[in-house]
Amino acid sequence: MNTSVMIAGVELKNPVMTASGTFGSGMEYGEFVDLNKLGAVVTKGVANAPWEGNPTPRVAEVYGGMLNAIGLQNPGIDVFMERDLPFLQKYDTKIIVNVCGKTVEDYIEVVEKLSDSPADLLEINVSCPNVKEGAIAFGQKPEALSDITKQIKRHAKQPVIMKLSPNVTDIAEMAKVAEAAGADAVSLINTLTGMKIDIEKRRFVLANKTGGMSGPAIKPIAVRMVYQAAQAVKIPVIGMGGIATAEDAVEFLLAGATAVSVGAMNFVNPYVTQEIIKGMEDYMKRTGVSDVKELIGAAT
Amino acid sequence: MAKKKVTASVFSQRQLTENIYDMWIETDLAKEALPGQFLMVYPKCAATLLPRPISICEAQRDVGRLRIVYRVAGKGTAEFASYRKGDPISVMGTLGNGFPLQEAAGKRVFLMGGGIGIPPLLGLARALSGAGQISVKEAERASGECADISVGDGRTGDTAPLSVHAILGYRDNRLFLKEDFDHYSNVVIATEDGSAGTKGNILNAVNANGLSADLIYACGPMPMLRAVKQYAAKEGIPAYLSLEERMACGVGACLGCVCKTTHKDAHSHVNNARVCTEGPVFLAEDVEI
Repeated sequence: MNTSVMIAGVELKNPVMTASGTFGSGMEYGEFVDLNKLGAVVTKGVANAPWEGNPTPRVAEVYGGMLNAIGLQNPGIDVFMERDLPFLQKYDTKIIVNVCGKTVEDYIEVVEKLSDSPADLLEINVSCPNVKEGAIAFGQKPEALSDITKQIKRHAKQPVIMKLSPNVTDIAEMAKVAEAAGADAVSLINTLTGMKIDIEKRRFVLANKTGGMSGPAIKPIAVRMVYQAAQAVKIPVIGMGGIATAEDAVEFLLAGATAVSVGAMNFVNPYVTQEIIKGMEDYMKRTGVSDVKELIGAAT
Repeated sequence: MAKKKVTASVFSQRQLTENIYDMWIETDLAKEALPGQFLMVYPKCAATLLPRPISICEAQRDVGRLRIVYRVAGKGTAEFASYRKGDPISVMGTLGNGFPLQEAAGKRVFLMGGGIGIPPLLGLARALSGAGQISVKEAERASGECADISVGDGRTGDTAPLSVHAILGYRDNRLFLKEDFDHYSNVVIATEDGSAGTKGNILNAVNANGLSADLIYACGPMPMLRAVKQYAAKEGIPAYLSLEERMACGVGACLGCVCKTTHKDAHSHVNNARVCTEGPVFLAEDVEI
């Protein structure tokens, strides 16, 4: 049975990775999951300098999902490279570093610092809905997305994945724009902007008022968007949004994803990534699929 | 200490007072539990996605039982309250740092608890008292039905405090866990409505009884913790506060549950420590609350 997939020339032993921001740098879940088993670890967004993030409360539960407005708290690229990358390097998995910034220059600084690092791929966060500057500002307008993709491609040594926002009118157009600007892959969806109000206190539950929604409740939207993006571009699409089981992961592959990321469900079940990998193999056996690549975009 | 998520089983459950429930859980996680640590408890209902952080009230290490005393505050805890003996319960633990017991050696100690912040102080009171064993009768009362059990305490010989006062603040005279505290400490009560003990808050009760201390451990609502922090600063004594914050993962990954710190935090170096990992217990002067 062949479970490996290729993303921009990088071979993953299986198509299951972690969604940025839900798995720390891998260290936090290393007690639960054998990181060697994962296709890749996608790390929490890292900027050129430490970011404080938003005030609390930063997380809230909603029906079948959650809202977060962490605001990309991170230690900055220097600490990340000294502490987190060497930790991940000890494992036989691919390392995908998620990069965030307030300005294009911020992103470029991080990308350049990573050029000689063990990072296998870079994922560029142009879709976080929880920070005022940068991030989603680059991901909601086609011109801005095109511009930042081109500039990052000029400086990046590793292949570049552009992480797209679902908070757009036409996801297919955004995927095409990223491809035309030189992106090696796209990943989607980031969280959907949401809100929750405590009716007893008559207060917004999150200090940031709005937050990104994730979890099983958003999966049908994510599957639809992954399908639309995969139809629109030739570069690989990495699918995510509410994946909780191996069946969910297979659904994303059938919609056109080459690989999948598991996000909020890590909080619900710290062993979920490993269980999904095992479950996908069971599915392949059960349905007589010898190569996982046969599943990619196979829905009719 | 490895963190684990396990399917444990409910040993007993009873209602203590309106919305407050007392559950003993059978799990090997008890063997590593320390006073002040917490569990993540996972609702079965898929609509209530996230685990609920609940403090460990007590641990019976040798028989592998943990006690949680919690308030029904929403759908998740309402589900937990419906569990009966033998029901499976999904928990992750043991999490967080816990109270530093060794600080109490030779000191006059206040355990200051407010409302649903009271339960984690019970395990601490017992550990400070040096109670290695609890009687059959007491065990029966505590759990509703268990018998003939002994209890590890986590206290080492040199941590004996000079005295321990539990200053407990309630809304009214429904004084859940008070009798448990009576076994291990001198209990002083404050109630908001004056129906038991001193009318007012726990600091009013301290004043009314002319008490003083060399060290404070506290857990309760944020206004209470702020007042305790202020009181400790005025008295020039150290106070360890157990904080609460909305959490998602419980293991330090999501960065949801941070609190402002005066020093650079271990993770991001931005004075935002993770309550789940660096906490939940912090030295009062180290946090901005």
